[in-house]
Amino acid sequence: MQRIGVFVCHCGTNIAATVDVKKVVEMAQHEPGVVHAEDYAYMCSEAGQELIHKAIKEKKLTGLVVCSCSPRMHETTFRNAAEKAGLNPYMVEIANIREHCSWIHKDIGEATEKAVILMRAAIAKVNLDAPLKPGESKVTKRALVIGGGIAGIQTALDIAEAGYPVDIVEKTPSIGGRMSQLDKTFPTLDCSSCILTPKMGEVNAHPLINIYTYSEVESVAGFVGDFTVEIRKKARSVDMDKCTGCGLCQEKCPSKKSLSEFNRGLSTRSAIYTPFAQAVPNVPVIDREACIKFKTGKCGICSKVCQAGAIDYDQTDEIVTEKYGAIVVATGFDMIKLDKYDEYAYSQSKDVITSLELERIMNAAGPTGGHLERLSDGKDPKEIVFIQCVGSRCADDRGKSYCSKICCMYTAKHAMLIRDKYPDTNVTVFYIDVRTPGKNFDEFYRRAVEDYGVNYIKGQVGKVIPQPNGKLLVQGADLLDSKQILKEADMVVLAAAIEPNPDVRKIATMLTASIDTNNFLTEAHAKLRPVESPTAGIFLSGVCQGPKDIPETVSQAGAAAVKAIGLLAKDKLLTNPCTAHSDELMCNGCSQCANVCPYGAITYEDREVNDHGIRERRRIAVVNDALCQGCGACTVTCPSGAMDLQGFSNRQILAEVDAICR
Amino acid sequence: MQEFVKATSQAGASSHLATAGQRESQTRVINRAKELLADGTVARVLGWKAGDLPYNPEPAYFEKEEDFADFVYNGFCGANLSKYMIEASKLEGKTLVCLKPCDTYSFQELMKEHRVDRDKAYIIGVGCKGKLDIEKIKAMGIKGIQSISGAELEDEAETLTIQTIYGEKTCAYKDAMLERCHVCKGKDHMIFDEIIGESKETKDADRFTEVEKIEAMSPEEKFAFFQKELSKCIRCNACRNVCPACSCRKCVFDSNKFDSAQKANVDSFEEKMFHIIRAFHVAGRCTDCGECSRVCPQGIPLHLFNRKFIKDIDELYGEYQAGADLEPRTPLTDYRFEDAEPGIVAERG
Repeated sequence: MQRIGVFVCHCGTNIAATVDVKKVVEMAQHEPGVVHAEDYAYMCSEAGQELIHKAIKEKKLTGLVVCSCSPRMHETTFRNAAEKAGLNPYMVEIANIREHCSWIHKDIGEATEKAVILMRAAIAKVNLDAPLKPGESKVTKRALVIGGGIAGIQTALDIAEAGYPVDIVEKTPSIGGRMSQLDKTFPTLDCSSCILTPKMGEVNAHPLINIYTYSEVESVAGFVGDFTVEIRKKARSVDMDKCTGCGLCQEKCPSKKSLSEFNRGLSTRSAIYTPFAQAVPNVPVIDREACIKFKTGKCGICSKVCQAGAIDYDQTDEIVTEKYGAIVVATGFDMIKLDKYDEYAYSQSKDVITSLELERIMNAAGPTGGHLERLSDGKDPKEIVFIQCVGSRCADDRGKSYCSKICCMYTAKHAMLIRDKYPDTNVTVFYIDVRTPGKNFDEFYRRAVEDYGVNYIKGQVGKVIPQPNGKLLVQGADLLDSKQILKEADMVVLAAAIEPNPDVRKIATMLTASIDTNNFLTEAHAKLRPVESPTAGIFLSGVCQGPKDIPETVSQAGAAAVKAIGLLAKDKLLTNPCTAHSDELMCNGCSQCANVCPYGAITYEDREVNDHGIRERRRIAVVNDALCQGCGACTVTCPSGAMDLQGFSNRQILAEVDAICR
Repeated sequence: MQEFVKATSQAGASSHLATAGQRESQTRVINRAKELLADGTVARVLGWKAGDLPYNPEPAYFEKEEDFADFVYNGFCGANLSKYMIEASKLEGKTLVCLKPCDTYSFQELMKEHRVDRDKAYIIGVGCKGKLDIEKIKAMGIKGIQSISGAELEDEAETLTIQTIYGEKTCAYKDAMLERCHVCKGKDHMIFDEIIGESKETKDADRFTEVEKIEAMSPEEKFAFFQKELSKCIRCNACRNVCPACSCRKCVFDSNKFDSAQKANVDSFEEKMFHIIRAFHVAGRCTDCGECSRVCPQGIPLHLFNRKFIKDIDELYGEYQAGADLEPRTPLTDYRFEDAEPGIVAERG
């Protein structure tokens, strides 16, 4: 029989205001095995931990139940406290009477009853707890960064600077990401390329950084400290080692009708292409769907003009397998599709564009050479209307419920730049709210309004109607003046919501990293662990975790790098002892557990078994402790109950259920 | 049912068994089995031997030539022999096993789970034209049965002729078929070394009609229905012991590891838990062979639980027949990106 101590935390008023903690303590006294029960204002404080220490010593406790907040908050705190007092840390159970109880209930009577039930379940579990000892696993001192935008670049540089090798996997032919498509950056208006290109060069030249462009993560196996990743290097059709980047092939390529992804489809490119002039690496790829040689077998001009002999039509996809200790996800974002926003006439008029398209139009390397013009007729726009929150802060399912965060600032930037360069062009911005928290951000916005005369109207646009004369009739509302507004514009710019790169779902599934309903990767703790995924060894960098601008992205990239470095700096990791084990006398060897194991931790061996005097060779499941993450999928699949999870045994779970239903 | 029974007044007439010609495929199986035993290909034969009544043959091993005097194969050989191969796989030498088309699904499922050794089995796929349910015949009021003809595989007759102490009676073969044969999975053997005898598909009803009726009930009606059916249970374990999917070395209900035995002693455990837990344990692996219902001495329609799971699996993950292939990843042990979200269960109710 265990000697159990129950400790009930008030958490200030967080728990005590809704749960009668004295009553919980009183009820604990009647539970089997309980020899000590007390309450305290803050169990997690030094003084609270001292109470635990004292009780363990004085009452010779063999197990603890702490009724407090979520185990995700303080399980480790209380396990450490128990260990200091000489108790095995796995003899501690947490009854979550805060998140699961006091925070979500109002009635003290009901909340107290529930707190008692949760405590009872934890006591039932401790009664069947056994001391556990963690094992050790090695750390592969190499990091993988998925995504080669500014987030991935910064994370890779910071990790490499600490002395650890890093691989970057980038899906497109070049690193650079969204930032490479931007013209100027707020709030300082320096040119995006000018500050990004040196970083791209630095990454490319860094001896500890290896870049896989035009590549994708194919599979991920293993666990924190020891991931095995397969990377698919897509066939580039150009030999990276031989190509000198002279660009002659692109010049001579006869297939020039493909839409440029880099210019958001506003210009065309050749079938063999580098996405933009400063691409890293400066090695083109052949778009096999557009290439005449691949479509008809005839052509081969690029191969003929290439002095270096770098063109290789027979190249095939290559799978590279590499081991990593840490993985950073930096998959970035894209703008949402606007097919559900017909009222803004995006698909009807060439002069209704997105903000990212405007970036390209205003960029000197863009489709118009940096000249602001209407895409329909090339004329200078004299009246431009910006519409904010297209798909952001959206109440229905057409758009996103969240604020995309960057649009207010980049629209102020666009408006200011236009007014600066084309002073006779009027700029009107329709907005719901202008949100400019950030260093020098509000000053920037004020400048747009006060110094550059940008006309901000609080109100939404209901409809944009293309007119026969080529103009766009904008129907909106001015909520401050309470009047309808009809405005003829030459150009309408939509600040479309941003969303995580759609590929992130696939990647998150491979990494077993959780994502929210908007496909943003979830952090381990919204406030205290914002750059770590709940899955150990996976870190988050940039917009894949939530909307953010460049300064924030770079800060987070650095933070993710530090977390990864902290992991890589360790020689060994303690492994979770809550792993599954199979009872050789009950195991059928049926393979169902191996089929459901997401970590590939289960194998089979033929073993001589002595089953109550009957000796026979049997096929028995064997769990690799280093691979098992204790998820329990095998234990619920096993029909005979041979599979059991240490620390969460079938008996313990049934005992908890029984205690709850009592 | 009474209208289907035609009692005739030929009392005392031929009480003989079926003619030699009618037993042709049974003879072929016996001859082939003797051959394979003699040449050493197999060490024993797993088939059916005649019982003490004309309608209760039972599974048996045949090792010597003279054992075959009792060997039978007819419409009453409903027993699925695939589960016996778990133990037979541990014996020295190969075992010749007679499997009907639907039995081969169970055999493949057991192969998938590494419970039977394909190399230890010589499978003779025996023909089948639907198996008979003696309870149905008795329910027609036919009592005092002395012999039955028309149950042999070769009989083209659509009727069974039954000699009873009250005279000769007849009934349509179809009306005496086991429930499972009305929803026959098909006449093809999924796995075999050779086939003896013709099979025919006997499906004439929808597999899920009964399940749909229960689905349409209110929760109270469902509870009452299962309470009524399951309270007949005497925990004889026949369903568990015959079930090819219930092949655990140690059943959770016999284990002291889970306190299940103690729980069985409080409240009406049998009706509530035993069958429901069993259905969960075989979910996704049950081939719907119908043995559970066939052997239940209390006549509980146990197959309905399994069929509800099969219907749900079909609807959630696409049509799936356990044992139709040897693919190790089955709907319930495979996770795919496009799988139905768990919330769908709540939506469906």
